[in-house]
Formats: sequence, structure tokens, C-alpha cells
Amino acid sequence: MGSGPREEFDNPVVEWIDSRMPIFTMLQKEYGVFPTPKNFNWFWNFGAIAMFMLMTMIVTGIFLAMHYTANTELAFDSVERITRDVNGGWLLRNIHMNGASFFFIAVYIHIFRGMYYGSYKRPRELLWILGVVIFLLMMATAFIGYVLPWGQMSLWGATVITNLFSAIPFVGEDIRTLLWGGFAVDNPTLTRFFALHYLLPFVIFAVVFLHVWALHVTGSNNPLGIDVKGPQDTLPFNPYYTMKDIFGLILFIIVYAFFVFYAPDSLGHPDNYTPANPLVTPPHIVPEWYFLPFYAILRAITFNFNIYMLAGVALLAVFMVEFIWRHSPKYLGKSAGIALLVIGGALALFGLLAGFNQHWTIPFTDMPIPLTSAETSPISAKLGGVLAMFGSIGLLVILPWLDNHPIRSARFRPLFRIFVIVFTFSVFVLGYAGSQPADRVYWSTCIGDAQACEVLAHGAGHGAAAHHEADAGAEPLVLKFDNTMLAQAFTGVYFLFFLIILPLLSRFEKGRELPTSIHEAVLAKKQKAGA
Amino acid sequence: MLVRNIFFAVVLAVAPVSSAFASGGDTPTPPSQSWQFEEGLFGMYGTYDKAALQRGYKIYREVCSSCHSMKRIYFRNLEALGYNENQIKAIAAEYTVEDGPNEEGDMFDRTAIPSDAFISPFANDNAAKFANGGALPPDLSLITKARANGSNYVYALLTGYEEAPHGADLAQGQHWNKYFAGHKLSMAPPLMDGQVTYEDGTPETLEQYSRDIVQFLTWAADPHMEARKKAGFRVLVFLILFAGIMYAVKKRTWADLH
Ligand code: HEC
Ligand code: HEM
Repeated sequence: MGSGPREEFDNPVVEWIDSRMPIFTMLQKEYGVFPTPKNFNWFWNFGAIAMFMLMTMIVTGIFLAMHYTANTELAFDSVERITRDVNGGWLLRNIHMNGASFFFIAVYIHIFRGMYYGSYKRPRELLWILGVVIFLLMMATAFIGYVLPWGQMSLWGATVITNLFSAIPFVGEDIRTLLWGGFAVDNPTLTRFFALHYLLPFVIFAVVFLHVWALHVTGSNNPLGIDVKGPQDTLPFNPYYTMKDIFGLILFIIVYAFFVFYAPDSLGHPDNYTPANPLVTPPHIVPEWYFLPFYAILRAITFNFNIYMLAGVALLAVFMVEFIWRHSPKYLGKSAGIALLVIGGALALFGLLAGFNQHWTIPFTDMPIPLTSAETSPISAKLGGVLAMFGSIGLLVILPWLDNHPIRSARFRPLFRIFVIVFTFSVFVLGYAGSQPADRVYWSTCIGDAQACEVLAHGAGHGAAAHHEADAGAEPLVLKFDNTMLAQAFTGVYFLFFLIILPLLSRFEKGRELPTSIHEAVLAKKQKAGA
Repeated sequence: MLVRNIFFAVVLAVAPVSSAFASGGDTPTPPSQSWQFEEGLFGMYGTYDKAALQRGYKIYREVCSSCHSMKRIYFRNLEALGYNENQIKAIAAEYTVEDGPNEEGDMFDRTAIPSDAFISPFANDNAAKFANGGALPPDLSLITKARANGSNYVYALLTGYEEAPHGADLAQGQHWNKYFAGHKLSMAPPLMDGQVTYEDGTPETLEQYSRDIVQFLTWAADPHMEARKKAGFRVLVFLILFAGIMYAVKKRTWADLH
């Protein structure tokens, strides 16, 4: 945005403005001739697409707000009036409602791109962190927006999520009261949510501006993950990428339009077409699809974090930092490392098992294991869930430091590539787990006396089994795999990926040889295609 | 990773065989009916059958409306069913509504006009519950959107009454319905063969009645469906043409690179 030397424009009006405020010079520099790597693939389309979605949300949102009434008595009706009676109202609402989903689709692909090609690495750490801030703000905006139509899921989703804040020590209850503006999710909640829902998109806009600013300082990454070495590696943004981005955007809009016009309610929950009722709890409260992986992580933490677990994890963390992350230990010797690993690992494992098996006792006695109960655990299951959920996004913030391997692109890191794909897969599984009831059983088997099993399966009072109720024979062993366990397993994969796999890979993965320049790689590819 | 994948594959393979310990309802998925409003790929050519909507409205008026409100629908909306202005006025005139206060400050009754909403059978939810043994008959304006797979669900519900299985204890006023979650529905079977007279010779059977009322309720929940699908077709054609042009432009732009 400098005011340095300037080239004159032919158009007198443009020139008049530009000589007083060089906005056209700036546009020309940042979007016209801006040097952009010439080897982008289609993943590089999604930033522009996300920008388009943000604008779409703001424009349709403002028109919705002209007809919407933020009052618990009227909100549901006002949204119905928009779809039934306001001219074009059904279209506005469908665009906004599905727009939230497609905004998230674009941003998720955009984030995946960043991870796969190592765009978060030096010198783009700040750019990446600003992106995570946008993601968090989007989640807040969408969550609050979903409350506005004041259907059953609006009310009960808001109740579940705002209640989480009360798990935060000391200030939790106050935060919750502040969010509610009272003693439950009610009219004051709705009015403040509407005010915030109007505000936050403009905050997002401001952060997007910073995000793009940071991008234009470092320049774009590219699928090879190597630096631009000179003009032969780049193309001017316009017309090459303007035209490519517009084409990609239209393809994206085609899919989006399909949902807007032919399946507008398929991404939402039917319960939100029933007006909110504080006296009737829906049987199965689920957030919108884009929150499901995080919801699964939240619900996966069903056990308290006891002293042993925390101490073990702390020792392991010291080991990871000193021996893996630092590449050569600075403070500790080899034997200290082994001790950290063994003691830390054993403590963590023991703490985890004891956390899961609250009925365990000290061998040969019937005393419970000390310091494993809910009261003596520093972090309750509820707080643990909240920490895990926010932590799963917090990890994205420190990703540039968890993975400090010098090679950016997964193309040249075969092991990293496999693990990024496994990680992505685990996010999908978590999404599925988040959509299912916590107690859904996928598989189970009963080992032991057949009749006792029968009783367990169908409850007493069923058929022949009823007669055996009295004889307390050997209790059968029931093995099962339920949805909570699925979520726990893949929450484990999620956290292991960031905390163990990435530092290990940074330290030990060799990686493939990098091409000397983007230009040469492009030429080589062309020759191969031609031959 | 391989191990993990195999593990997951096994989990998925076993999942549908829900064992005796598996929780989850035993409510069957409502079978898909073929509806005119869902015709074509993804329902793209779907339209409402006006004759069916009129028959469905007749069923609503004669049967369902004694318990269920539809307060988001206005008499004027009946134009979409093919009624003309005079017919709508005549239909509305069969009802009285409370209006007011008048200049003297009193509430008064008057005949309904097209800009009035459908008249609710009960003054409020408590009255509705009281008259229905404690169960609230939900407003039907949005019912096909407020249930998963709504149109098929309501059809299945209306045709899904069964003899209660042995040992099921139904409370007074409850009826066994195959498709209702928990099966104990506090609505007596509202329709039976021959109950509503059709003037156009359409068969007067439970199945036909159910089809007709479902089409009416689907329209009520989604009155702009035809306009939406028509607009969607134009928008998609435009976008696809635009995409074609942009594809050519992009190709041309990039072609001069060597
Ligand atoms: C005698 C009163 C009465 C009549 C007439 C009646 N219903 Fe109901 N209906 C009820 C009650 C009461 C409930 C609530 C049942 C419950 O929650 O168990 C109900 C529930 C329903 C439900 C919701 C089921 C669910 O998934 O929660 C639908 C759909 C429905 N009725 C449709 C109809 C239709 C269509 C008609 C007309 C053909 C009709 N009803 C006629 C009393 C009635
Ligand atoms: C970051 C951009 C935005 C996101 C992600 C977002 C998300 C959402 C979501 C998920 C809903 C619920 C949809 C539904 O069930 O109807 C919603 C509703 C709403 N939004 Fe937004 N929104 C954004 C921007 C805006 C803006 C800028 C405004 C107004 C200035 C706005 C105004 C509204 C209104 C009035 C509603 C309620 C009407 C309705 O439910 O259809 N939104 N938003």
C-alpha cells in the first residue's frame, strides 16, 4: 500500500483518484501483476471460493436481518414468514442456510491443502495462524447463527454448548451467565446472539484482510513446496489465476446451487422445523455436520484426568521436547531420557487404565486406588472434554512448531503423506461418531453361561431366562465396541498425529530430493506428458 | 495404518448386524413411495398434483382439523391448489374468527376472509392436550419438514397402525403404530376406508386418503417448491454455460505459455 513511484493511468478519472490515493496502483500490484507460482493445482482455488462465500453470507444475511425478529416468541415465525411471504425470501434463506455449509466445505478443503503442502511452515506461520483465527470465528458465527431460527435444535444445541463453558474453573459459571444473560438459554440469549451474529462476519472480514496481507508479503506456497527463485517460476495473477479461479468458482457454485434449489433442507436437522420448546428435550441432540468431528472429541472424554495420567504425560512431553523436537538434547543425558520415557509412559498408561476402571482396587485389598476418583482428579471428564475439543483446534495454531521438517510438500515426504491421509480419514470417522448416539453399540459379544447372557440381553422376565435370575452364577463377560469407544480411538489418532507422529517425522523422515526450481519441474512434467 | 484400516473395515462390516445388546430403536424406515412432487432425477421435475392437493385439503378439513392446527397457512394460499378468488372467499366464509377490539373496545366475531390464517381447533396448547388425553397434536403446517423423510413418514404413520404385540402395555388412548418412535401413538387411527367422500371418483381407500393428505401437507410445508425447482433449472443451465465459457477462456489464456 506504498505511496512510492507510481505509473500514470490513461483513464483520467482513475488517474485523478490514484494520484490522490493510489488505490488502483495497489490493486494492480496486489492482484494484477502479483507474481504467483505457475504450478498451482486446483486446491489453490479454495481461498478465492471461501472469500466468495463470506461475501455471499454477508449480503444474504443483511437482507435476512431486515425481516428477522430476535425474540423467542417471534423468531421462528419470522423465519417462516421470510420463506413463505417475503418476495424471494425462500431463496435468500436457502442461500444463507446452505451457504454456511458450503463456506465450511471450502474452508476445510483450504485447510487440508495447507496441511498437505506444508503451507503453514516458515515463513508463513503468521498467515496460517490468522487462518485458524478465521476458522474459530466462523465456528462461533455459525453456531450463533444456528440459534437464530429458534427451532428445537437451536435451543438445545445452544444449551449443550453454552453449558460446556461452566466446566472452566473459577470463571466458568460467570461466562455461562454472561452468554445466557440470565439463568437459561432464553430471550436475552437470543438478542445478544443476534447482535453478535451480525457483528462477527465483519470481524472475520477484517481478519481475512490481515490474512491476505500476510500472504502478499510472503507470497504463495505451491504444490512442490519450494521457494520461488525468480520470474521464470511465476505468472502474473491476472489473467492467469483470475480466469482459473473464476472457472473453479463456477464449478463450486454449481454444486452449491444444486443444494440450494433441489435439496435445501438435506444438510439441516428436521427438528429445527419444530419451534423451540424448553419443556421437550429432543431424543438426540446433534450439532450441524461441520462441528461433528469436534463434538465427537468432546464426547469422547468420559473419564477424569487423574494425577498419574497428567504426571505421565508431563514427563513424556519433556522427553518429546528434549529428545525429539530439539533434534539434539540440550539439558538431559541419555539415561535421563530413557527414565523419562519409561516412567512417563508407565504412569500415563496406568493413569489412563485406572481412569477407565474406577472399580479397580489395590491388589489383595479392597481399597480403591488412591487419587483416581472424580473428586481427586485435577481435571474432570467434563472439563477434559472441553479442553480436548478446544485443544484439537489449538494444535492447529502450534502446528508450524510441531512439524519443523525442512521439506514442505507431502509430495516429497512419503511418510508424512501417509500420515496426513490417515489423519484426514480419522477426522471423517470422528465426524461419523459425532453424528451417532453415544451409546450406539457396533459390535458386542457375551462370553459365559448362555442363559445368563440371555438375561443380560433381554432383561429379566424374558422367556426361560427368567427362571435363572436367582442363581448368581459366574457373571458372564460382555465385550462390546460402542460409539464412545470409536470416538475415543480416533480422538487418540487425532492427538497422536500432532503430538507424536509429526515431531518424530520431523526428526527422522529423510524425504525425497527436491526439484531445483518450479520452472524446471514444470518443464520436466511437460516433456514427460509430450513424450 | 493397515491394521487400523482393517480394524475399521471389520467394525463397519459388523455394524449392521446389530446384536442383542445393541441399543437403538426397532422403528423401521418408512418405505419410499413414488410422489409426483419428487419426479425426475433428484426430484428435479417434481410438481404438485392440484387435484390431489384439493382432495388432501378436504381430508384435512373434514378429519385432521378437528385436532390439528395449521396456523402458518392462510386461506389466500389456497390459490395454489387451483381455487379461484370466489371459491376461496366462499371457503373462508364457512369459518368465524374473533376480531377486535372495535371502536367500543369490544372483541367481536366475524366471518373469515382470505387473509385470515386457518382456524385452530383449540384456543391454546393446554386446551388441545386436555382434549387429547394429555398428548399435544402438533401443528401440521411444517410436519413433513419436521420429520426425517417427512412425506414418506407421514404416509407410513397413517397406514402403519397394527395390532399391538402380545405383552405391550398400551395406556388408555394409545395405539400401536409400526412407524412411530416407541410405537405408542396417542392418536387414534384418523382415517379408514370410505370415510371421506370424493366427488371425482377417486377410490375412497385408506391408502388413497393417505396419499392425498400427504401431498397436501408437503405443499403446506414447502409451498414454493415448484418455483424453486424451476428457478434452479434456469440457474443451473446458466451456470453450466458460464462454466463452459470460462473453461474456454482459461484454456486460451494458458495456451500461450510455453
Ligand atoms: C382425534 C384427534 C386427532 C385427529 C382427528 C388427528 N390427529 Fe394426528 N395426532 C393427534 C394427537 C393427540 C397426536 C400426538 C400423538 C403423540 O404424540 O403420541 C397426533 C400426532 C400426529 C402426527 C405426528 C406424529 C409424530 O411423529 O409425532 C401426525 C403426522 C399426525 N398426527 C397426522 C394427522 C393427520 C394427517 C390427521 C388427519 C388425517 C390426523 N393426524 C388426525 C390427534 C389427532
Ligand atoms: C461468516 C458468515 C456467516 C455464517 C457462517 C452464518 C451462518 C448462519 C447459520 C448457520 C444460520 C442458521 C441457518 C438457518 O437454519 O436458517 C444463520 C442464520 C442467520 N444469519 Fe447468518 N451467517 C453469516 C453471516 C451473516 C451476516 C453477515 C448476517 C447479517 C448481517 C447474518 C444474518 C442471519 C440471520 C438474520 C439469520 C436467521 C435467519 C435464518 O435462520 O434463515 N448472517 N447464519
